[in-house]
Amino acid sequence: MVALDGNSIGGLLLEVFGTDMTAAQTICATCGAAAPVAETVVYLRVPGTVVRCRTCGSVLMIIAQIRGMSCVDLSGMSALDTGQGG
Amino acid sequence: MATAAVRGRLIWQTATVTSVTTETDAVRTIGLDVPDWPGHQAGQHLDVRLTAEDGYTAERSYSIATAAGEPVAITVERLDDGEVSPYLTEELRAGDQLELRGPIGGWFVWDTSDGGPLLLVAGGSGIVPLRAILRHRQRTGSDVPARLLYSSRTLADVIYHSELDQCRDGVEVSYTLTRSQPPGWTGYSGRADAALLGKIAWPASQHPLTFVCGPTSFVEAVAGSLVALGYPAGRVKTERFGGT
Repeated sequence: MVALDGNSIGGLLLEVFGTDMTAAQTICATCGAAAPVAETVVYLRVPGTVVRCRTCGSVLMIIAQIRGMSCVDLSGMSALDTGQGG
Repeated sequence: MATAAVRGRLIWQTATVTSVTTETDAVRTIGLDVPDWPGHQAGQHLDVRLTAEDGYTAERSYSIATAAGEPVAITVERLDDGEVSPYLTEELRAGDQLELRGPIGGWFVWDTSDGGPLLLVAGGSGIVPLRAILRHRQRTGSDVPARLLYSSRTLADVIYHSELDQCRDGVEVSYTLTRSQPPGWTGYSGRADAALLGKIAWPASQHPLTFVCGPTSFVEAVAGSLVALGYPAGRVKTERFGGT
């Protein structure tokens, strides 16, 4: 399977978070690397969507959608910051 | 921020196809009339959803091909084993309807205030969002210097060829053909590797802003070469697409 990047899940994340997340900064809970969501490594339809750190490869985020419900696991990140405050 | 809280959620909506333009043998530009389109930025994309009679759905992302303020259009390359692109490129006609959502993306976008100099590196249909950036630059009268390196398999695969050839006023367009070159070809040949990027890319000391778009392997190779040339990773924005 070809890995894409976080741009490819911009629509999915906008649906889940209600705002653009591709420019949001992630901090990897495993290695501490900071990167915008757009520059993370994304595997679509694994099944579910798996987002990995481009520096260490650890899982940052998993999103699974079933029967209209989105299940979002953000435990691989120590921060996810849209810079919008609030 | 009170204003942010009232922004609508992204919803699927129905657009009407206004035109289908042949760009190359495998590539079409699809003009779209989208009711209540909020406007887009150069570099953004939208998601298209096709639904089969049995309810099966397939979604794909396509870069928006037009500048901010222009009518929405996407440029789609037919992948023969694809689920969505054969329909979009072969079956779709003006007047047909299409389900989509967007605009999407806030990272791989460029506005005049972001400045430059711009280095744009495209592999295949990765030219689409970079064309939107060049159109936006021209439309706004920006004088930000821009260089485009566009890698295609053959000359016949070059999308927007006549439009790109007309770029002037601070825009330099270079092509490299990886598979075959026509007789008398004066452009570059072979992959967009470190040696070729070294000839075309702005010196890192000019603090260029770079956008790279193409298949994953292309983007990884180009981004790696640029970092080796001294480009800071934070000024190299990348967008990868797959082959399904």
